[in-house]
Amino acid sequence: MATRQTQFLARSLLTPAVGLLFIWMIVPLALTIYFSTLRYSLLDPGSEEFVGLDNFRYFLTDPAFLASLQNTLVLVGSVLALTILLGIPLALLLDQPVIGRNIVRLMVIAPFFVMPTVSALVWKNLLMHPVSGLFAWLASLVGLTPIDWFNDVPLFSVILIVAWQWLPFATLILLTALQSLDEEQKEAAEMDGASAVSTFIYITLPHLARPITVVILIETIFLLTVFAEIFVTTGGGPGLQTTNIAFLIYSQALIQFDVGSASAGGLVAVVIANIVAFFLVRIVGRNLEA
Amino acid sequence: MGRITLQGVQKSFGPVHIIKGADLDIADGSFVVFVGPSGCGKTTLLRLIAGLEDVSGGSILIDGKNVVDTPPAKRGLSMVFQSYALYPHMSVRGNIGFGLKMAGLARDEINRKVEAAAATLNLTPYLDRKPRELSGGQRQRVAIGRAIVREPKAFLFDEPLSNLDAALRVQMRIEVTRLQKQLGTTAIYVTHDQVEAMTMADKIVVLNGGKIEQYGSPLELYEKPANLFVAGFIGSPKMNFVTGDPALQKGAATIGVRPEHLKIERDGAGGWPGTIAVAEHLGSDTFLYVDAGPLGMLTARYIGELSLSAGDRVSLVPDPARIHRFDNGGNAIRS
Repeated sequence: MATRQTQFLARSLLTPAVGLLFIWMIVPLALTIYFSTLRYSLLDPGSEEFVGLDNFRYFLTDPAFLASLQNTLVLVGSVLALTILLGIPLALLLDQPVIGRNIVRLMVIAPFFVMPTVSALVWKNLLMHPVSGLFAWLASLVGLTPIDWFNDVPLFSVILIVAWQWLPFATLILLTALQSLDEEQKEAAEMDGASAVSTFIYITLPHLARPITVVILIETIFLLTVFAEIFVTTGGGPGLQTTNIAFLIYSQALIQFDVGSASAGGLVAVVIANIVAFFLVRIVGRNLEA
Repeated sequence: MGRITLQGVQKSFGPVHIIKGADLDIADGSFVVFVGPSGCGKTTLLRLIAGLEDVSGGSILIDGKNVVDTPPAKRGLSMVFQSYALYPHMSVRGNIGFGLKMAGLARDEINRKVEAAAATLNLTPYLDRKPRELSGGQRQRVAIGRAIVREPKAFLFDEPLSNLDAALRVQMRIEVTRLQKQLGTTAIYVTHDQVEAMTMADKIVVLNGGKIEQYGSPLELYEKPANLFVAGFIGSPKMNFVTGDPALQKGAATIGVRPEHLKIERDGAGGWPGTIAVAEHLGSDTFLYVDAGPLGMLTARYIGELSLSAGDRVSLVPDPARIHRFDNGGNAIRS
């Protein structure tokens, strides 16, 4: 691939694909930037006019914005913590040679294949429903008052559902990493007199640093935009208790029909995602260097 | 102290019998090499001694104490692995000191011992590097450092030099041997390379198919191989085996003559006549591969240069005092 001809050939063959991807990305972005500077209400079509940065001012000074930003960060942080703290022991268990290991693994991965809408409905109606849900039934068996999950602890309920969906992903990545841990290293630690706990702390956990980083980075990207679970279960409520940035933008655009403000919100979300990414890469990204 | 005794040690993996009863007495301070072809059970035997595998039968005694139920760390042995098994995220210092840290030693004592071990192995400038920043030979030395720092009763080496290039292997071979003599610690060393075995060992254990074929000093094995397998395995180039009439004349089923004990005569009528198929001239030695008709291919070694080439007719005369005789079962006949 070193000659000038092959480089030219490679570039000219790549150009159409890269160009198409670029257009695919840049047209929506440009339109969003354009809409964010307009007063653009779907209830009053034809009255669009340029308003400068007013939409941004409205969006950022809206009390709902700070509440939803906080909810977003709590949601992302809690789900990350839950999936990693539960994913590591789960991966360690699945790494043990047990009968029917393949079937157990398949079942552990299963939640990841359930689409968010469906899993949210299952959790809402079959598990967390205060009258007919499984949890309510379990609580009544031991004489407790059933918890009305989505009214009493709405954000926690959403976190549970999302964590349940992402736990298999974390487990799977960590399990793969565990399987690549050199057997002789564990034996060397055994010869060195390390107990199972010491081996885990000094050998296994450092080995998992890189996959944990990968899990954090990938999950963060998707968790910043959680929407279906909230839409199906709580609709952002009660009040603003489960409204995250993604849901707030949706409600601006399709509940308040304010396309301009929603576009401004979308751009704010892009900036927030970049800020989070910047700090994440600073904090955990050095694990990725070879 | 580090006297290791094996009594009827057996190991099976499911229905597969890997070690079929090994008896061995390794004296304190000696350097013993387990050698044999791949799959002969030499590594398994080492892992049994280390405690990384459980024995299926028999007992292993370290200084007279049966250790078959003792966990590896409590046996007082340390091991150098084939892949070195260094901890990649720890510095050289951390790697060497890990066992001491696990034993709960104070930090300054660990540092003192690690630095002493590093000095012995010329690793002092590298103490704060990570294993990936070291060359193969340096990694090897770190692995050895990790073994010596714990002052074990015995070192166990599992083919430690097989990942090094030829020149470095010779150098490390000498370093390991010298270090072992200097420390006076018992060492068990597994290799498939009979040159390593011959050069490093005080005593060699030749293993084949899970059985100990012979246990003795390198020269004993060379001069008095107990059977056909040992005779063929020890010595390079391989011993020539001749069956048929020449063997029957000696009262044996098979006779063996080492290439260096065949006298090469250019046109002698006696001995075994043949045509040179290939002649290898190394300067210091000349190896001749001779097609000796009904006797098959014979290898002859001449110390120094011999100006013969392929196609020449020669006659090979075995040194009558150094003919090894074997019976039908392949065992040596002593008289």
